[in-house]
Amino acid sequence: MTSDTDVLIAGGGLNGAALALALASGGLSVTVVDPAPVKVRKRAGFDGRSYALALASKRVLAALGLWEALKADAQPMLEIKVSDGRAGEGASPFVLEFDHAELDEGPMGYMVEDRHLRPALLAALEKSDGITRVDGLSVTDHSAGAAGVEVTLSNAQTLTAACLVAADGRESPTRSRTGIGRVAWGYGQTALVCAIGHTRDHGGIAHQFFMPAGPLAVLPLKGRRSSIVWTERAGRAEEINALDDTGYLDVLRPRFGSFLGDIDLAGARFTYPLGLSLAHAFVADRVALLGDAAHAVHPIAGQGLNAGLRDVAALAEVLVEAHRRGEDIGRRDVLERYQLWRRFDATALAVATDGFNRLFSNDNSILRLGRDLGLGLVGAAPALRRGFMREAAGLTGALPRLAEGRPL
Amino acid sequence: MPNDQTTIDPAEIEKFQAMAAEWWDPNGKFKPLHMLNPCRLDYITGQIASEFERDLAAERPFEGLRLLDIGCGGGLLAEPMTRLGAEVVGADAAERNIPVARLHAEEQGLGIDYRHTTAEALAADGEVFDVVLNMEVVEHVSDPQAYLKACHDLLKPGGLMVCSTLNRNPKSYLFAIIGAEHVMRWLPKGTHEWKKFITPDELFDLLRNAGLDPVDKKGMVFNPVTWSWGLSVRDLSVNYVTASIRPGAET
Repeated sequence: MTSDTDVLIAGGGLNGAALALALASGGLSVTVVDPAPVKVRKRAGFDGRSYALALASKRVLAALGLWEALKADAQPMLEIKVSDGRAGEGASPFVLEFDHAELDEGPMGYMVEDRHLRPALLAALEKSDGITRVDGLSVTDHSAGAAGVEVTLSNAQTLTAACLVAADGRESPTRSRTGIGRVAWGYGQTALVCAIGHTRDHGGIAHQFFMPAGPLAVLPLKGRRSSIVWTERAGRAEEINALDDTGYLDVLRPRFGSFLGDIDLAGARFTYPLGLSLAHAFVADRVALLGDAAHAVHPIAGQGLNAGLRDVAALAEVLVEAHRRGEDIGRRDVLERYQLWRRFDATALAVATDGFNRLFSNDNSILRLGRDLGLGLVGAAPALRRGFMREAAGLTGALPRLAEGRPL
Repeated sequence: MPNDQTTIDPAEIEKFQAMAAEWWDPNGKFKPLHMLNPCRLDYITGQIASEFERDLAAERPFEGLRLLDIGCGGGLLAEPMTRLGAEVVGADAAERNIPVARLHAEEQGLGIDYRHTTAEALAADGEVFDVVLNMEVVEHVSDPQAYLKACHDLLKPGGLMVCSTLNRNPKSYLFAIIGAEHVMRWLPKGTHEWKKFITPDELFDLLRNAGLDPVDKKGMVFNPVTWSWGLSVRDLSVNYVTASIRPGAET
């Protein structure tokens, strides 16, 4: 091959880094172009950001050799309680409980903090022989040709690769340059994200309350801490976020009651405007879209990173297999195998989370009764409940090898 | 080999470029071959790796192997084999394919020795190879036995031949002739003559008579759900592929 590198990844976030590791483990040469200077990526303090890793995602990280470094700081999610609520009223009597005892594979997932996951990925990238890192520069242009893709960086340097992967986020400049359109809409909702400390044990239980303004998730972190993802109508969220910590906690406290005892803030506060974005295609000649660049969903069930890691596992398997056959890995028919594998799943997730959000984020009394009955019905039918759990744990569909915890 | 690239006039090159684009368009005229290719490559790479004890996860695992691709066409197998490190000769009896394949390989930065010749002519010249790929050719030749004898002669002792063809039975008539040529129009009408199709037993007899040891056979089966081809241990009813060894290697 005459290219500088087999695969060039635009974007060194979690998905981009995980893909680099997966491809390198399969014998491909990889270059990661990351606009963020390495120091920014490396800061180690707890900033309140954490991820609800589905079981399949945990297996991907384990197959990439990262789980050993993460597991001591990862909080298993033993149970998920879903209930319908209204601020100040507490949960409705219809509660849906997902207990990991119903799932043969163990805990339904793990809460992992950004301050642990990101450094683990960066350390592994640095150790890997097959990976070249270009930090502090971005991809500004690319041109796909018969033998490869020529990529221009922000310092005017050019690199050639067989395949360019866009891991450059929801607003992916690579996707725009490629001419792939997308459907996108906002929800007029904003997620307020923070971590809290509390005086009672969470017992490894995750809670999801469906409030009229949007869902509120309470996800257990190590120790007596939890991550809060709290959705409000956009204007209201701005008002709440403008409050000082005391005022912020005063608004938060009554939303989930007192089951965790006294609470205080245990890290910075973040806001994320919610919206759905789905690319019309996931691949083009010599280009593949990964994670949010392909599909960004409402984070109602914490499925953003999980969907991204599924992309990572599927794309890595397609490219490594093609490479071992001697195929030209940037050819469209090779990349279309990845699209065929992932597009249905990602679209279904987008539609499902969108529908879920529309169903739950309102105070219509008929809908409320309907969804309470629905939750009760799902709760009463073990087979249906297990189906939901396996879906949430990422254990449905044709699994890529990495998502089964197997090497490539 | 003299390189006649430079003596071709520009109008011809343009024509060849158009033909190369056609050969390599995954949705074009050769779409069925592109769809079948990953499955064929899985079989070929697996057989070569096990016969010559190569690790497919290694860089250029076929380094040091000399490989002949008979009926190379636009180079759909020759290029992957070259990427995997083999020294490849691509032979095609259709003269027009040669500059087309050359042009594409050059574009890809791959050095492949493409020749307008036949298996019989190469054997008469005393050329020998570690691997001979004989994919979807034997059902098109007039004398399969003489042709396979030439393939045998092209192998070094201990060398491997991978040979695929089409089975002859009512199902293959339905799928390969009616289905592929008339209904799906994957192939031009008249591409195949059903009478020339060969059953696996007949092929194994022909291979043995040519002096080869058949060691494996698998079906290549189209799955309409995944819309892709896969290898099958049981179903050799239409497309199938075999591996055989020229005996006599020192062990």
